[in-house]
Amino acid sequence: MTRSEGRPGRRARLTAQAAFLYTGVLLHGAAFLLWVWFSLTVVYAPGVAVAPLLFATAGATSVTWLQRRRFAAYADTAIPHTPPVKAPDAFRRAVGRLRTAAYWRHLGYHQLAGPVLGVVEAVALALWVGSIGGITYYAWYWLLPRHWAFVQWSDVDGWKMAVAGLVVLPFLPRLTGALLRLESVIARRLLGPSRAEELARRVEDLAERRAETLAAADAERRRIERDLHDGAQQRLVSLAVNLGLARATLTDLPPEARAVIDEAHREAKEALEELNHLVRGLHPHVLDDRGLDAALSGIAARAPLPVQLAVDVPERAAPAVEAVAYFVVSEALANVTKHARASRAEVTVARAGDTLRVRVVDDGRGGADPSGGTGLTGLTHRVASVDGTLAIDSPRGGPTTITVELPCTLPSAL
Amino acid sequence: MHAAKRAVIAEDSVLLRIGVVKVLETAGFEVVAEAGDAEGLLRAVEEHRPDIAVVDVRMPPGFTDEGVRAALVIRQQWPDTAVLMLSQYVEERYAAELLATNTSGVGYLLKQRVADVEEFIEALRRVAAGGTALDPQVVAQLLVRRPSDPVGRLTEREREVLALMAEGRSNAGIAAQLVVSESAVAKHINNILAKLDLPRAEGDHRRVLAVLRFLGVSG
Repeated sequence: MTRSEGRPGRRARLTAQAAFLYTGVLLHGAAFLLWVWFSLTVVYAPGVAVAPLLFATAGATSVTWLQRRRFAAYADTAIPHTPPVKAPDAFRRAVGRLRTAAYWRHLGYHQLAGPVLGVVEAVALALWVGSIGGITYYAWYWLLPRHWAFVQWSDVDGWKMAVAGLVVLPFLPRLTGALLRLESVIARRLLGPSRAEELARRVEDLAERRAETLAAADAERRRIERDLHDGAQQRLVSLAVNLGLARATLTDLPPEARAVIDEAHREAKEALEELNHLVRGLHPHVLDDRGLDAALSGIAARAPLPVQLAVDVPERAAPAVEAVAYFVVSEALANVTKHARASRAEVTVARAGDTLRVRVVDDGRGGADPSGGTGLTGLTHRVASVDGTLAIDSPRGGPTTITVELPCTLPSAL
Repeated sequence: MHAAKRAVIAEDSVLLRIGVVKVLETAGFEVVAEAGDAEGLLRAVEEHRPDIAVVDVRMPPGFTDEGVRAALVIRQQWPDTAVLMLSQYVEERYAAELLATNTSGVGYLLKQRVADVEEFIEALRRVAAGGTALDPQVVAQLLVRRPSDPVGRLTEREREVLALMAEGRSNAGIAAQLVVSESAVAKHINNILAKLDLPRAEGDHRRVLAVLRFLGVSG
């Protein structure tokens, strides 16, 4: 079983190795010639300094692209891409590429490592052809003319050729394999991204993914808000209205029945109040329509203690950032109400440059601890999700100041 | 007795629309047209020229502030039609937009206030008659934006009276709400106007205007 599977695998591997060597010689040779040609253009046509530029755009990129295909197809090695150069047009992209470390690594690969590797590959290829040719010498020598290509073919000792071929051939697959691995390492180092570039790309990737997650969570909150608004809230209002009508018009009912209606009416209104409070906490609609300033008076007014609000945000921040700022004020005021035993609170929101600063101060007993599970943990997480910072100053005995700073724009457009 | 006041209603939730229509009819209004969106509302107002339009803020197609924008159009084009806006949440910003040019014949209440049928009917009549009805929550929102010192000079009771004035209530209405005599209310009002440096205006409506101007919502 293993034999029947092993054979084609072995044959495929040998074919791939041969293809790898052939294409290597061709590509390294082509890249070298390209470079020589461009260099000659510069030397013999001074002032035509566009040669390296041309190489940066057409030459290096296409040869690099071909090399990537070659390693993927024959060496089973994926060479990660280097970070793309972002510029509005092709010319500026080419110039920009000249300034990247990746470009110079690519150049080093094609012009310095390439020729050496090409020669090594050519030698390996010659060894393959020579040893197989040697072993089979008796099968084809008579096809050759007696004198050809500087060799007196009729004088060659056929058996020596065969022995030499038999000795060399068994080592060749392993030798080619080692060369292939060595080349893969070199190509990954020089054609692939450096560790710093790789990390930078990962950071960018992660930032993008986080922004997407954030946007998805935001969209989900909006959807739930909308569903509740269209469904449960309207039904509850309608129920309360009908009970209110019954209460107002069915005046000739016995007192027990009226008491039941009164109770149901009151409970419907309370349920509605609770639901409204919950839904408004998800995502207030006025936040989209009129911005943070307009949305905050709602929560400030609903707090059971006097809150003074001052908002100075001349230019709106990104929607996700506004949502976080809103959540911060909402949570902070909820905390003040629950834990601080404060008599009043002050909320100030101001934008300075690209920073949105939210500050909530209360005159309560202090001692707020971000790790104490008082809702401040959720706040910290939400703030961190947009790269914001949160500082709590809450000495025992108060007052407590929560300061949150948020960047007004996010890396990827939200 | 002259003919019943005529009303149109715009509310996209059919269930709730039926309820509000019942309340309007209980209050003696004749509902001449019902609409499910802002466009339908404007058509109905143009056609029927009602005494009052009861308008939901959030309606199709955008489900944002269609009602507010339609209300502003009505107030500009058909100033004889009073507008009472209903909303799941009240926002002082919308109130300010509505009151910016003219404070007569405007109301802005939470939807759930409809359930307090008697009070709602009173607000409805007040608005239809050219008065004002602001939700207590709007007034509370307006107050958080005021610098605390002038309001801080008011007593607890005076603050309550100020809020009720801002809601658009008459002396009698305030007295009933706080269970005090009308003369006591009048005394509180005089104190408030003096402490806030407001002109001693004659008539309910001018007084509401002064208070709203103090709260920063009308010009």
